[in-house]
Amino acid sequence: MNVIVCAKVIPASSVTIEIDPAAKCMVRKGVPHELDPAAASALEEGLRLVEKHGGTVTMLTMGIGDATVGIRNALAMGATSAIHLFDDALAGSDTLGTAKALAAAIKKEPFDLVICASEASDSYSGIVPGQIAELLGIVPLTFAKEITVDGKKIKIKRQSETGYDVVETELPALVSVTSGINEPRYPQLKGIMAAKKKEIKKYTAADLGLGPDQVGASGAREKVLTVGRPPARQAGKKITDEGEGGKQIADFLAELKII
Amino acid sequence: MADLIWVYGEVVDEKITPTTLEMLTKASEAGTAEAILLGPAPEDAVSTLAQYGASKVYRSADAIFRDYVTLPALDVVAGMIKQYSPAVMLFASSYAGRDLAAGLSARLDCGAISDVGDFVLKDGSVEATIPALGGSYQNTSTLVSSGTKILLVRPKSFEPKPCPQTAAVEEIPSPSDPAIRKAHMADRVTVKPEGPQLEGSSVVISGGRGLKSAEHFEMLRQLAELLGGAVGATRAAVDAGWVPYAMQVGQTGKTVKPNLYIACGISGAVQHLAGMKSSKTIIAVNKDPEAPIFQFADLGVVGDVFQVLPQLIEEIKKRKSR
Repeated sequence: MNVIVCAKVIPASSVTIEIDPAAKCMVRKGVPHELDPAAASALEEGLRLVEKHGGTVTMLTMGIGDATVGIRNALAMGATSAIHLFDDALAGSDTLGTAKALAAAIKKEPFDLVICASEASDSYSGIVPGQIAELLGIVPLTFAKEITVDGKKIKIKRQSETGYDVVETELPALVSVTSGINEPRYPQLKGIMAAKKKEIKKYTAADLGLGPDQVGASGAREKVLTVGRPPARQAGKKITDEGEGGKQIADFLAELKII
Repeated sequence: MADLIWVYGEVVDEKITPTTLEMLTKASEAGTAEAILLGPAPEDAVSTLAQYGASKVYRSADAIFRDYVTLPALDVVAGMIKQYSPAVMLFASSYAGRDLAAGLSARLDCGAISDVGDFVLKDGSVEATIPALGGSYQNTSTLVSSGTKILLVRPKSFEPKPCPQTAAVEEIPSPSDPAIRKAHMADRVTVKPEGPQLEGSSVVISGGRGLKSAEHFEMLRQLAELLGGAVGATRAAVDAGWVPYAMQVGQTGKTVKPNLYIACGISGAVQHLAGMKSSKTIIAVNKDPEAPIFQFADLGVVGDVFQVLPQLIEEIKKRKSR
């Protein structure tokens, strides 16, 4: 089976993400990047399925040049090849623009299954997977905490408010996975060496047949109007525990009449 | 004429969800509120929707909406939006809500705004307030597409207030296209978390990576019991398998707003802050003096949770026995 994993490369977790008030989007350029841990879980799931059932895993990402570090990581983990949607014309895309670009790239490849993270760890909008499925006309199986494939049948355990639902369909399908679904592997030296020889296809918006009315800031249906800070929470008291920390909390709770 | 605002009603555990009622309250303040309710629901569901401001309820009790995920509801709601073009359609940031908003935004090519904390409607355009990056920013966004604006609303963004209406009920014809019977719900499994539930608890004690193991959550359970609260956790703790997902507080877990929130061994990642930042009083215990959680804490204790918490537990016991 051919699996395509949509994987976002995001500012490293050590970075405090800022929003550029002029461009009204996250500051990405010049910031160290990494493969989103949520995307690494999606990729891990793809790799495990292919190890069991045979086939290929293609890593698909959209992003700036700094995304290369995450692509290399995905290839080192074991992805067969990668596709990088790399074009200034794609910058500033909203969720739907992003989904259109990813869906257009997926259409160029043979695939049985698309796997995404349920949401990226920087923006958390959580709707791109559903949008991609709709644009591709395939079934969305979302918030999966377990995937089982048997021939053409696919079954997931879908996270629910009260437990989980067992949902099944036939391939082709799109699955979005929850971040706890697995523990992604670390790339091994052999994988890192092999990654250097793997193919990274690059597409522009034009290659995907998408104009400025569909993608990029100009094609975005959602426009950010203002970037601001919420009213600051009144600064609290910060103390260092010198053996009385627990008692000091108890005093505070007594002041609040909680105890 | 007041703007027409639709709310997608959800039922969880045989009850209309709190977020549905929160959205209805907001919708009835901002315009004319109407609700859509698909699938089997408890008998008083329609009257509950009316009680919180729905002046009309579009209703189908067809089991197809329960037995097949997303696609039947997507088809029906897309058709209804085309027919009635409400100014705004509100979905909860729930599993079902996110899937439907995603599908509709692509099918109608109209986009959607996620994680909406509030919104205003002016001359057919919507301005939504989004607490971005875990609430460290507060941005406003609009949708420039024509037609219905689709918003995904954060739980607990609005206070639900009764605003009784006499709701007209309109039956929705059942969808017949076989193509929507694709994602079959084969089974529904309830996993009951132990102890008091996070929702509605006035005290929440949460643990993060700093707790280091499942066993150490016992300390939190003791403290919660003493304070009459529930235990929560960060995504890191849930992902590590220390506690079940039902205990996760954060953007991808539950949003809580208790009177007292005690964050233990939690650094304050954006993901977590989003779910607890609006708590009335926040106490944080963390080893790292630079942890972001301290910016939100009314009382921050820089120290070892394994020293501070046992002392706190003993101290509360002592004071209670006085």
